[in-house]
Amino acid sequence: MNCIIIDDEAIARAIIERLCSTVNGLNVKEEFPNAIQAIKYLNQNKIDLIFLDIHMPDFTGFDFIETLKNPPKIILTTSDANFAIQAFEYDCIVDYLVKPITSERFQKAIQKVKVKSSTVVSASSSKKIETTSGNDLYVNIDRRLIKIDIPSIYLIEAKGDYIHIKTEDKNYTVHSTLKKIENKLPESIFLKVHRSFIINFNKIIDIEDNSVLIKRDVIPVSRSNRPELMKRLNLL
Amino acid sequence: MEQPNLSYIHTLSGGDKAFEKKLIDIIQKEFPQEKKTYHENITIGNYKKTAEIVHKLKHKISILGLEESYEHAIAFENNLLDGNNKLQNKFESILTTITNYLYKL
Repeated sequence: MNCIIIDDEAIARAIIERLCSTVNGLNVKEEFPNAIQAIKYLNQNKIDLIFLDIHMPDFTGFDFIETLKNPPKIILTTSDANFAIQAFEYDCIVDYLVKPITSERFQKAIQKVKVKSSTVVSASSSKKIETTSGNDLYVNIDRRLIKIDIPSIYLIEAKGDYIHIKTEDKNYTVHSTLKKIENKLPESIFLKVHRSFIINFNKIIDIEDNSVLIKRDVIPVSRSNRPELMKRLNLL
Repeated sequence: MEQPNLSYIHTLSGGDKAFEKKLIDIIQKEFPQEKKTYHENITIGNYKKTAEIVHKLKHKISILGLEESYEHAIAFENNLLDGNNKLQNKFESILTTITNYLYKL
């Protein structure tokens, strides 16, 4: 798999290049400090994956994507988690890495690229999570692959061998585990707050002691998960 | 006040000293330039440009393991985008801390 890195910061390019070197079969073909140079390169070269910084002067990562007729897979890299929702408007965006990028999170993103690259093989069981694309999650319910818009999910609850997925429009009960769906969701907007609950961080209404209010659901926050929740809050 | 450290760089390098030096060299080269650009823009009250450079600086702040300072930089960047320079003094003290640290490396 051939990739390029677009980032105006030399240190970011060096870090991503390093992380790429740890993945078998992932070759960094070029690095660019701005999107304009990358566009010229892409006119003459075919690549499979772009690591793209959003926040660049003059020509942002999203401006760049708009110029591409057939964009390859893209992993966004940014110091700003606030663009996550906008990122899901683009089918080509596979994942969203917040800097500083850790090796573990990088590997997870590469795994998502590989999943998106492979053909979905339908499982024979009646209800299973199948795969994700950039902003969709497919679940197998009664032998039908049902598409769920990821940003519309506000709560996932584990119930025995099943998970209950609540979205803005509809709820789904799927034979799967919380761990499995957690791996399919972007870390930037979803957070496990309890062994039985994952919440959409953007849908929080308020937080009181050891619980959060999401829509009309009061969700417990376990002591071990509370520090991560508090860390991600934009506290005054 | 929290102090910079190389934990992230060490973790990333896996003991590769050449790579660690490469990253430190980049920081030592880019940081003073970005700090200079920061001061040029904040002095003339160009908060939009200042926010852009704070955005870049905050990545280096996080690479150097300054977690609280990173949160502070985020808040300062947001303030600048809202057209005010609240938190400027604290942010500049973070830059001074990093400058001193890089000097000793």
